[in-house]
Amino acid sequence: MLSVVALTAFSNASAEGLGPFIPKAKGEQCVEPTQVMRERHWEFILHQRDETMYKGIRTTRHSLKNCLECHVQPDEEGRFPRSSEMSHFCTSCHVFAGIRVDCFECHADRPHEAYSIIPRHSRLSLNDLFRRRSVQ
Amino acid sequence: MSVASIRYATLDAGRSYWGLLAVLAGVTLVGLAGFLHLEHEGHWITGMNNQVVWGIPHVFAVFLIVAASGALNVASIASVFGQVTYKPLARLSGLLAAGLLIGGLVILVLDLGRPDRLIVAMTYYNFKSIFAWNIFLYTGLLAVIALYMFVLFQPAFARWTRAAGTLALLWRLILTTGTGAIFGFLVARQGYDAAIMAPLFIIMSFSFGTAVFMLVLTAACHGSGRVLGDALLFRLKNLLAVFVSAVLYFVLAYHITNLYATEHHGYEAFILNFESLYSKLFWIGQVGFGSLVPLALFYAPRTRTCRISTHVGAGLVILGGLIQMYVIIIGGQAYPLVLFPGMEESSSFYDGVVASYIPSIWEFLLGFTGVAISLIVVVAGLGALGILPEDLSDPKPAG
Amino acid sequence: MSLDLSRREFLQGAGAAGALTLAPGVFLHAKDPEVPVTDAVRWGMLVDTRLCQEDCDACVTACNEEHNLEDLGRPETDAQWIRKLTVRDPLGGRTISLPMMCQHCENPPCVDVCPTGASFRRVDGIVLVDKHTCIGCRYCMMACPYKARSFIHENLTEQLPHAPRGKGCVESCTMCVHKVDAGENTTACAEACHKDGHQAILFGDLNDPDSEISKRIQEFGATQIRADLGLNTGVRYQNL
Repeated sequence: MLSVVALTAFSNASAEGLGPFIPKAKGEQCVEPTQVMRERHWEFILHQRDETMYKGIRTTRHSLKNCLECHVQPDEEGRFPRSSEMSHFCTSCHVFAGIRVDCFECHADRPHEAYSIIPRHSRLSLNDLFRRRSVQ
Repeated sequence: MSVASIRYATLDAGRSYWGLLAVLAGVTLVGLAGFLHLEHEGHWITGMNNQVVWGIPHVFAVFLIVAASGALNVASIASVFGQVTYKPLARLSGLLAAGLLIGGLVILVLDLGRPDRLIVAMTYYNFKSIFAWNIFLYTGLLAVIALYMFVLFQPAFARWTRAAGTLALLWRLILTTGTGAIFGFLVARQGYDAAIMAPLFIIMSFSFGTAVFMLVLTAACHGSGRVLGDALLFRLKNLLAVFVSAVLYFVLAYHITNLYATEHHGYEAFILNFESLYSKLFWIGQVGFGSLVPLALFYAPRTRTCRISTHVGAGLVILGGLIQMYVIIIGGQAYPLVLFPGMEESSSFYDGVVASYIPSIWEFLLGFTGVAISLIVVVAGLGALGILPEDLSDPKPAG
Repeated sequence: MSLDLSRREFLQGAGAAGALTLAPGVFLHAKDPEVPVTDAVRWGMLVDTRLCQEDCDACVTACNEEHNLEDLGRPETDAQWIRKLTVRDPLGGRTISLPMMCQHCENPPCVDVCPTGASFRRVDGIVLVDKHTCIGCRYCMMACPYKARSFIHENLTEQLPHAPRGKGCVESCTMCVHKVDAGENTTACAEACHKDGHQAILFGDLNDPDSEISKRIQEFGATQIRADLGLNTGVRYQNL
């Protein structure tokens, strides 16, 4: 459903240029050359995933968390995009490529710093939303 | 009637045939829509929770899988033990087993928290898990049934019938052992953790599978205008009666053993004292209507040669079987886990109290979908292949 | 170069955040992130039930906040990684209160029954669920003698970076593995209990005879819950 909406959004965007919208990242250079990342980023993340999960290896170079640290940046109002939005780095490209990822069903979709600026009550209001639904 | 002279024919694909398929497809579609909703929302919309983690879908799924194993009874008796009377029904036996198994497996998969990860279940294995073994046993049985059916359908391979039938017999015995062991291996639960679960499930499979087979056979004959001889039907009925009695015996042995050990008195009271819902289901549903009433119908002089009584009895065995599954699966989870024997426990996580479980429509939809898919496989098979003999009437007395 | 800078900044930021939450006197000796965990250590916890107050649930609150286990108002399906259990002896009526969570068994039934191997025991003794391979069959919940596991029954959107969790998978206490790997040498529950002045929960290395947890066990002994099952739990209790 999300991808359908996003695809529509993208088809409008792509009228202006070829390729997906790539939000600006922090820093000047990624942990690997851009072309290598385009072709193999999923291998790096997958490898790191199992290394972290089973061996407790928590190097940041190829970790999903580290991707988000640079690639998910706040807009002018200081708001970080969510993975459900086309302005999110991962979502933008994955919708373009037509490949669904489920990382963010479980993983945080924003860098560490996003959490320190989210007021606690905004999370609680989400709880209230759930609660209302459960009452029905 | 010699084996070589049996002539098989497909079911005539008339209006009622397509109508039946359409109804079954409709049930399946409704069920799949329910599945999509469940998958989208998550399991909180069902009655299942962190205390009762397996619910109605598992009652249906385990019943269908166990019945699938038992549906092969007729094939085994015909091909392994050489009973000529059952030879004409061996093909239906194989088809029905495949159908029931597929229906049960579909339910299990659709109920997973992550059904999209079926490929993970197929590629990552923990061989200490009886569940992982069962994945092989279930898919393997489908392959074995396919092999057996191939041999049945190819006269050139007729001499391999017994070998293929024996393989199927051994495989399904191991399969039902594995299914019972899913519960038997649960060391910490008061209602499980019992070696008798494995043989209990084998004998339950004989009973449920035979009952389903009888009703499907009768319906197929009725729908295609075939005559099903009294002798054949009542022979199946006598077989079923033995199996129903055997299930009762195993249930008795299970409870007697538990009753002897004081540590199990809490759980036994829960199932036997006629106060909890599960106890009432046990006595009225499983023992009463599911076992004693069918036995009375099968053996009483007035009803033992009545076809309607036989069918009602078989139907009650199926109903009793589903209830038995409910008592085993849900009752076993609803009874509180004992963390501190001899103590009273309480917490925010329902320690020390009987867990509540109220089945939801979504769970029943999954169950119905499985049943409908089972029947679609059977009906489609009957229409496409020569499964059912043209003549199932009793042989004429000589002279 | 600039990349290295940003990475260093990030690490510093994470370290500072960790140090803030540390109890005074606890040293931060972080495990080298490149080195795999080993079985030289076995992490465990020791609960002294005499120090655990029945009306206190600081450990539960701390765990819920640490991992953002939201209260959705549906107690039957809401996740609980740690709960306060009240145990009453019917003879005499003595009541004790204790925290109950994953016991991090050496021979965990959940690991035995998991069809895909998603339930696993890390070599340093922490029992975890690899949610990448968990298919949500819930057999581990049937098998766990401690009812320590929760199934996620709904979509979640507010997960924290160090605590990934999501619909359709089973989860349980991770012994704050993210804190352990960062060398914080404590868990959220132990920390909260300490802060509240009860000190009923002690985290430590069961393999190190000089660790405080080992010394206390050597001196006073400690019990396993359902010791009859022979699981060799990593969480032990005193004064049950």
